[in-house]
This record gives sequence, structure tokens and C-alpha cells, in this order.
Amino acid sequence: MASLELTGIQKAFGATQVLHGIDLAVAEGEMIVIVGASGCGKSTLLRIVAGLETPSQGSVRIAGREVTGLEPADRDIAMVFQNYALYPHMSVFQNMAYGLKIRGTPKAEITRRVGEAAELLGIAALLERRPRQLSGGQRQRVAMGRAIVRQPKLFLFDEPLSNLDAKLRVQMRAEIRRLQRRLGVTSLFVTHDQTEAMTLGDRLVVMHAGHAAQVATPMEIWARPADTYVAGFIGSPAMNFLEGVLVEGGRAVLLRAGPVLHFADGPRAGPDGQRLIIGIRPEHMRRDPEAGLGLALDLVEPLGSETVLHGRLPGGEALTAKLHGAVPAAGGALRLAIPAAELHVFDAASGRRLDAGP
Amino acid sequence: MPPDTTLAAPVALLPQDATLAVRTARRQRRERWLTHFWLLLGVLVFALPIWITLVGSTHDASTIGRGDVPLLPGTHGLENYAAAFATGGSGRFRASPAGLMLWNSALMAMLIATGKIAISLLSAYAVVFFSFPGRMLAFWTIFLTLMLPVEVRIIPTYQVIVDLDLFNPMAGLTIPLIASATATLLFRQFFLTIPDEYVEAAKIDGAGPLRFFRDILLPLSVTNIAALFVILFIYGWNQYLWPLLVVNDRSLETIVVGLAKMIGSGDAQNEWNVIMATAVLALLPPVLVVVLMQRWFVKGLTETEK
Ligand SMILES: Nc1ncnc2c1ncn2[C@@H]1O[C@H](COP(=O)(O)OP(=O)(O)OP(=O)(O)O)[C@@H](O)[C@H]1O
Ligand SMILES: [Mg+2]
Repeated sequence: MASLELTGIQKAFGATQVLHGIDLAVAEGEMIVIVGASGCGKSTLLRIVAGLETPSQGSVRIAGREVTGLEPADRDIAMVFQNYALYPHMSVFQNMAYGLKIRGTPKAEITRRVGEAAELLGIAALLERRPRQLSGGQRQRVAMGRAIVRQPKLFLFDEPLSNLDAKLRVQMRAEIRRLQRRLGVTSLFVTHDQTEAMTLGDRLVVMHAGHAAQVATPMEIWARPADTYVAGFIGSPAMNFLEGVLVEGGRAVLLRAGPVLHFADGPRAGPDGQRLIIGIRPEHMRRDPEAGLGLALDLVEPLGSETVLHGRLPGGEALTAKLHGAVPAAGGALRLAIPAAELHVFDAASGRRLDAGP
Repeated sequence: MPPDTTLAAPVALLPQDATLAVRTARRQRRERWLTHFWLLLGVLVFALPIWITLVGSTHDASTIGRGDVPLLPGTHGLENYAAAFATGGSGRFRASPAGLMLWNSALMAMLIATGKIAISLLSAYAVVFFSFPGRMLAFWTIFLTLMLPVEVRIIPTYQVIVDLDLFNPMAGLTIPLIASATATLLFRQFFLTIPDEYVEAAKIDGAGPLRFFRDILLPLSVTNIAALFVILFIYGWNQYLWPLLVVNDRSLETIVVGLAKMIGSGDAQNEWNVIMATAVLALLPPVLVVVLMQRWFVKGLTETEK
């Protein structure tokens, strides 16, 4: 039984449709990361699951129970907000205990649960402090603690790390992951940071303009992006896109930049002359002084172990390559090969991925 | 050649710089004197009348009756205050004892301040946190009443109070003064600054509207409430026109009205010493409230809740 099930979730604010039918089934204990550009509806989706927003259409089931019409408090969920939303006039203890107190949990039980959560998060010494007497990372932990003591069926996180500095963010990211594994609570985690998404999620939901563009494991999304949006969104530096047309009965592509590349994994279904977009990740580009494409460099970024090169192909298309080691930038040009095994093929009209035919 | 990073040897103050330093010091001294002069003048202008009242309340009636304005305390303080407090003096314009009037004023000011705060907290809560049909209409109606202070609506209000048979009791004195647009607007502005996340976190914690109000909104508003209480208490204390109109029972007379009644017009023989003692007594409760509450909201200010 799925621990969280969304079917056909739509949401419109007045005339603007923000979510266009999202379906998602989350397994028990799974960590799902919802990632996407700003304004694509991630928070809205999360808030619909939380019950802070009502969907215009569709249903939400948590642990098999239909909760679409229920109050947030009755859904057995806990949420961690971006700015933590700790009550400023309450101590850390009171903040964590408030939800339990309202539910009428006995005092001794509250003390025990808060104590355990605080121990787990390493904030046991801070219980008497007020939120303003805490650092950002400590507040973050308290917010987590408030979610944990509830022992909910579902954790919801809305960009909980974006107010932390870079170092702390990495640390808290790992901590959240460890904690989630340990508690085994199903979680939805919203972020716009792809590194966060890749490292945290069992599966990712890449959202694009109110649609779930792809739902899959991080590696699957990286290796086989479903469309050009996902392909460009995940991966850094972003994937290169080159124009081309299908030739040789679907066995190869003729790039606008010149060469014909034969697909390593088999022919694509489609008429010759069909317009394609070929994706190639910068880290898959190889140097090839003899047969490679000429790249006129306009920017070289040495990163130590790697070098990122930005330049233009003969046809004028921009291309980024990431090569190992230092690259002599002298001359302003470089010959690069595109390995046929690493190509991603998309239909130019729809942007959808085209896989090798059966 | 590497850049020369050695420090230059210390050099004595240049003669022209020494002159500059002297001039700066002189100017600063002059500015300090000037500032203090103006400050002292201001204090004098505000404090002198109070001082004269204070001193006047310690002399006997004839000293002041002669037209002297003594600047040093006399010896009749105790009896003047006792007379003012217990009987209101024996002058031609008999007044109620100040003790009673102080009590009435305090009760009235207290009821007005707490009533105003309670009502405006609730109405601001409704207007900010709930969406109901006519919400903006309600808000603008409250806003419009800003243009209708007691003085403007005094005759209809009077009629209403008489019709409701509230003429004389404390209720008639306070209720018309309680509805408050200013306080509602103030709390509305404050509530608007409270992040939505608190509301949402409380919803997830399972707090209903009243619980949220009591457990979260009220504690966050404490500083505002304290500040507003001071202002509204003094507003209530200083009410003159309405109590004058609506109270004709001496046992309900407030001190501001009573004080005015003690003073006859023209060349009437006023017991100025007792009047001044009453005036000083009338000053004390508002001062007390300011002093006490100041402690409170300074504490609130230093421990800013964010
Ligand atoms: N209450 C609302 N009324 C009207 N429009 C809204 C409301 N809430 C969100 N929207 C719109 O819905 C869209 C999606 O908003 P949402 O907050 O879900 O984006 P997001 O993906 O979380 O973005 P971000 O990464 O910036 O947080 C936005 O275009 C936003 O303007
Ligand atoms: Mg958001």
C-alpha cells in the first residue's frame, strides 16, 4: 500500500492554473524530492498535501486514508517550513511540545518524547532557550524536532535548508537524510537546488510549469531524462543541446554543426528528416585533435581537477565541455569529439525523449 | 622591487593640524552648551507650571488669594491634601471628595482602555486572519468611524444612551467611548506583519482559531498592548465632555470634570490651594500608569520577539 497517493491534483488560483494534474504514489519510508524552477508549483503541491491549500481537483490519500477534505491537524503529517516558523515567545521545549499539548498527550509522555527527539538532534542543552537565542542551524534542528515528536505518517519539508550558509547546508542535508532513514518516515522534500535533490531523494519529481515532467530515481533522471526540460535542469554545467535531423533510416543524426553521428544503442523510429535535438553532457565531451569538431573558445574556467570550456561550434551553436585536468587554452580553439554512446535524443517538436526502437 | 610596506616613522602633529584640533574641541564645547541651554529651557517651560501647582498646593488659601505666586513650598500641604481628598474643600463651588472622583476616573479609564483593547484585538483578528463576505466592508466601516469622534456624534450617542436607560451608571459612561478605530487599525497593522507560517504551523499543530489567538497572537502582541494601554488609559482619564454630559450623579463624578467644576468663573472666590492639591492628585494615576507600564514595555522592547 502506498504511503502517499496523489491522483490528478489540480490547482487554480482564480484564473491561473498552477498545477495541471499531478499523480504520484510514494512507498512507505521513501524520500521524494520535488525539484523545479521557482514558481513551478512545488510549494503549492506540498501545501495541498499538508491541507493548507485545497486542490481544485484530485485527491490526496495518506496511508490509505482519504484526507482531501481534512484539516492539516487531522492528517497525521508534520511540516518543516523554510523560515522554520518557530513560535518566538515559546522556549524550544514549548515549541516542540505545543502540538502534543493540544492533542492532550499526557505531560510525562510529552517530556519523554521531546527529550528523545532533542537527544536525537543534539539540542538537549537548548530546551530552555528561546528561538532568537539560537543559531540558524540550531533553529533548523528545533524545527525538525517539532516535526519528529509528532511521530507523523508523513514529513513535509519546504526548502528547509535555503536559509543556511553553504557549509551548514551540506551538513544538515546529510543529517536530514540520516534521520529520515533512521526513522523510516515517508517524506516529501521541496527544493530548487539540484544537488540537494540528487543527494537526498530516493526518487525525484522534476516539476515544470505545473506538470510532473519526470518521476524517477536521481540516476535514472540523470542518465535518461524524459524531455529537454529535465535534461537541461538536472546536471551542472547544463547539458548541451544541438540541432540535427534524423538520417539513414533512423540510424544516425546529421548535426547542424556538420558531422553525422551514428546512434550506439540502435535506430530511432521516425521518418528521415525528422528534426531532432541531441543532448550531450559537458562531462562526456572528449578531446580529439584529429577528427573532432572545432570549438572556438570564448571562456575557460579552470576548477583544479577539471576545466570547463565554453565556446561555439562552426554552425554558431554554443557548447560547453568539462574536461579532466588542465587544458591549454592557447590558440582559442580546440577539437572535441561527441561520443555516440552518450547521446540523448529528443524530438525537436515535442521535446520528448526518443529511445531506440524495440 | 617589492612594494615598501614599512610604516612611516611617527611624526609630530603638524602645526596647522594642531590648530584644527583646538578649533574642533572649541566647537564641540560650544555645541554642547547650546544643546543643554535649549534642553533646560524646554524643561523649564514644561515643568514650571507643574512646580507652581505643586507649591501652590502647600500654602493656605489666603496666600494665594492675595495674588502671590509662591515659588517655594509652604507648610499647609498636609491639610490641603487631606481636605481635597476627603471633602473636596469648603469653597463656594462644592465638589465631591477627590478620593471618590479618583476612584471613578480610574475605573472609567481602566474600563475604557481594557474594553478598547479587547474589542480592537478581536476585530483586527477577524479582519486580518479570516476571509468572510464583507470583510473589506467591515474594515472600511471601522476605518470611517475615525472621522466620528465622540464630539461629533455626541447628540445621537446621548439619545441612544438615554433610550437604553444607561444614563448615569458606569456603563453609559464607558461603552460609547470603547469602540475604537485607532486601536483596531494599529493591531491590524501589527497582525499583518505576523508571518503566515505561524498560522500554518499552528494549524498543523492543531490549534483552532481561539487557541491560536490565545497562545500565539496575544503573547506576540504584549508589547503593543502595553503601549496602547498607556495611551488609552490617559485618553480615558482625560475624558471631559462625555462624562460632563452623561453623569449628573455626584457619586459618579470623575476628577477631570470635578476639577473643572471646582473653579468658579469671574472673580469668584476660589479655594486655589485645594484646587491645586486636587489637580496634583489628578495627575498621579496617569503618571503611575506610565511609570509602571514603561517598565513593562521597555522590557518588551529589549527582548524583541522576532
Ligand atoms: N495564494 C496564491 N494566489 C495566487 N497565486 C498563487 C498563490 N500561491 C501561489 N501562487 C502562484 O502559483 C505559482 C506556484 O507557486 P509556488 O509557491 O507553488 O511556487 P514554487 O515552485 O514553490 O516556487 P519557489 O521555488 O519560488 O518557492 C506561482 O506562479 C505563484 O504566483
Ligand atoms: Mg516555494
